[in-house]
Amino acid sequence: MFQQYAESLFKNDLTSNSNSNSTKPARIVNVSRRNFLKTSGSAAALILGAQWTSMVFVSKAKAAKQSFQPSVFISIDHEGTVTLTSVRAEMGQGVRTGLPMILADELEADWGRVKIWQAPGDETKYDPAGKDKQDTDGSRSTRHHFDIMRQLGATGRHVLERAAALKWGVNASEVYAKDHRIYHTASGKSFDYGELVDVAADVPVPTDKGAIQLKHPSQWKYIGRDMPMVDNLDISTGAAKYGADVTLPGMKIAVIARCPVYRGKVKSFDASAALKVAGVDKVVEIPALADDKPAEFRALGGVAVVGTNTWSVIEGRKKLKIEWDPGHNTTHDSKTYNETLRKSAHKGGQIVRNRGDVDIAFKQANKVIEADYFVPYFIHTPMEPPAAIVDATSKPVKVWACTQSPNRVRQYVAEALGLEKTDVECWQTLLGGGFGRKSKPDYVCEAAILSKMIETPVRVQWTREDEIQQGYYHAASAQYMRAGLDKSGKVTSWHQCGAWPSILGLWDPAHKNGFKIEYGLGFVDCPYNNVPNLRMENGETDIMIRVGWYRSVNNIQHAFAMNCFAHELATAADRDYLEFMLELIGDAKNLDLSKDGVEDIWNYGDSVEDWPVMPVRLSNVLKTVATKAGYGKPMHTGHGLGIACHQSFHSYVATAVHAVVRDDGSIHVPQVDVAIDCGRYVNPEGIRKQMEGASIYGHTIAIHGKITTTKGAVKQSNFHDYPVSRMADAPLDVRVHLVEDYTHLKPCGVGEPGVPPYAPALVNAIYQATGKRIRTLPIEEQLRLA
Amino acid sequence: MIELTVNGKRRQFTGDENMPLLWFVRDELALTGTKFGCGAGLCGACTLHVNGQAVRSCITPVSAAKGKNITTIEGLDPGGNHPVQRAWREHNVPQCGYCQGGQIMQAASLLKGNPDPSDQEIIDGMSGNICRCGTYQRIFAAVRTAAKEV
Repeated sequence: MFQQYAESLFKNDLTSNSNSNSTKPARIVNVSRRNFLKTSGSAAALILGAQWTSMVFVSKAKAAKQSFQPSVFISIDHEGTVTLTSVRAEMGQGVRTGLPMILADELEADWGRVKIWQAPGDETKYDPAGKDKQDTDGSRSTRHHFDIMRQLGATGRHVLERAAALKWGVNASEVYAKDHRIYHTASGKSFDYGELVDVAADVPVPTDKGAIQLKHPSQWKYIGRDMPMVDNLDISTGAAKYGADVTLPGMKIAVIARCPVYRGKVKSFDASAALKVAGVDKVVEIPALADDKPAEFRALGGVAVVGTNTWSVIEGRKKLKIEWDPGHNTTHDSKTYNETLRKSAHKGGQIVRNRGDVDIAFKQANKVIEADYFVPYFIHTPMEPPAAIVDATSKPVKVWACTQSPNRVRQYVAEALGLEKTDVECWQTLLGGGFGRKSKPDYVCEAAILSKMIETPVRVQWTREDEIQQGYYHAASAQYMRAGLDKSGKVTSWHQCGAWPSILGLWDPAHKNGFKIEYGLGFVDCPYNNVPNLRMENGETDIMIRVGWYRSVNNIQHAFAMNCFAHELATAADRDYLEFMLELIGDAKNLDLSKDGVEDIWNYGDSVEDWPVMPVRLSNVLKTVATKAGYGKPMHTGHGLGIACHQSFHSYVATAVHAVVRDDGSIHVPQVDVAIDCGRYVNPEGIRKQMEGASIYGHTIAIHGKITTTKGAVKQSNFHDYPVSRMADAPLDVRVHLVEDYTHLKPCGVGEPGVPPYAPALVNAIYQATGKRIRTLPIEEQLRLA
Repeated sequence: MIELTVNGKRRQFTGDENMPLLWFVRDELALTGTKFGCGAGLCGACTLHVNGQAVRSCITPVSAAKGKNITTIEGLDPGGNHPVQRAWREHNVPQCGYCQGGQIMQAASLLKGNPDPSDQEIIDGMSGNICRCGTYQRIFAAVRTAAKEV
């Protein structure tokens, strides 16, 4: 019954340049009669799964009558209810709707009879594309799963068609699937899917290439159409379950006091007052991570207050008296550190992209412009602070967590407990926002360590203060920009040097430079293609805090500096910005970065064959947004229309912000237009929502976002001093325009690419409105002081 | 001992009367639709109704609810069909959804007191509730739709 699926279907994946790939895509199998039925507790009779074992091993295993427990992606019960498996974390990006839409479409299922089941963490079962180990980040769920979800759905349809043909005793070519039924063409008779499951359970998945026909895009009924989120009802009634909503019998609740300074330790503590708080049971120390172990995603240690309800342990923690040994990062002070970053950006050093000779070009330039740009640390502030529930009292250890990365949870929890990864189960709840924070399972490790120490299940709850002061910060960064213009106002040289503390510091604390992933986040892959001389450099920086990825990552600062500096150049050349940008970008269909000395381009872990950098697509979205927003129209005094564009996660986004700067320096944004080309797309409603939300996320970055440190400790603590946009200051009229010229190409990212162009578009609008040039984010009070 | 009514059920509480209502409904009553976001009345994720008025339960002690009627998102409508809830689904408002229970409770309270709010009154009434996914545009539209039906 185990049949090999045509490997040719996965050709693209097998040949891809994904250096994170460790497994090959799965084969689709009909596992209905296998043990999976028992383990899944399902009454389903048709189950389509996938397995990774090589065919050689399968043959041997069959001979030995060994059982398999492959993953399950589609199951259909006798009522005809279709259960589709979600293998990605839902954190608001709509993936629990989007990927099942693809499955349901090719399965020709009725969406009204579809249920979604969230898979636990197990990359040997639930990573059908074999690309990212169920780690939901990098805006890659759709682009990595579009093909495999189609194949899985189409295989299910094929099996049902065969089953109906068998029941009728006709040739399979005489039947077809439509709206949850299989029809016999000649007679018009039909079966509901539920009526076919018993026969379908024994239909083998064909091995011959081309046996399974994917739908022609014109036949799609869900892909490309608007679909509301599957969890809307649960969310609107309070039934949706997030990390802290899981409770186990006998479970204790804990909050943890952690050293305010990165890698500091507990010297001594007095818990006597904390223990007097009703509801506090215990106070225990989580040992500090050993000095020779890098932070990675490990628990750093602290003092945990454990009790029976959340309020008691929060109150108890306030009464702890702790003497800290703050360690060596007390010199991390934003005032001096930011200056160090600026100096490093001026110095440069490591050349990461080089075309022509900028030094000669600068000597020959008619005009040379230079500027410094700066973006501070940010923290994620998902509305749900991290929380995790772990029962480490028996094996397998069980975890429930709001995590983007269930298998990273298993890996780090296993390490923390001295177990194997296979000893740890991880069940994902919904995430109350992720934005990259919940890819890092340090908070789950804390719960695991505590559960083992006190021998009960434990929920660790982070407070907002913990989240803001103990996080993984978006890197502060300085960029030194220099460009030469010729007499006609054309850019002849572009020199850009950036300095930031690298994410790599989580593994190598002494690391000074960035690395190829950071270089690939809108820096070396910048599609400003019509510049004959171009050099990009990276300066050295010390890492003094946990730096981690945050929605859009380094694209934020790169898009900010590049778009705003280009605006400065257009202004200096007395040229129209749109015309200037279109000239700068050009309309090349492929940017070959290897010609500019970029030998090891990251390209978001994907092949440049499948996802080339295409300047023409950036020009396209820029033109679209300019038209839609009415670029060039007369504006009232104090009004400005700024535009910016950026390529990230393979998508091309241009944003136009209409800003009004009032007399008191406050900013109002009456309208935003966003044009996006994300290639083949699944749920346009989901894309609109992501662009609306990304604009507001960008608005927070532009206006408010700033984390600073004093003597190594983060100064901000809650929404009063780390404000985020509220309805009163957010743009409420974001208009999204899908650019469909390249929908025949691969799907691209959607969750993150809307963020980077917003801040530079707003800043360019402010320049038009006021003549004031913002080069340091956030804007905060800069306009009020003017 | 404190007696109060939660979603129509009489409840008693014998613990520390200073415990915020948020932790009473979540930890003691297992009503998890009310969310913890900031613990300081700054974000609105914990919004529920005390005698029909929206309050931030993370900074409202149980003692302040003595003898009163508490409504959480689970109790807003038996079928989940309060006009605000329907409008939320009609406009496909949620992204991650974590703040939306609080947003809905805030909007329901706002419309109860002001069935025909101006644009500015909607903005003023909803700006205490943070949505980090950035669904404000749709929240605004949903409140506008619900206002026609309340």
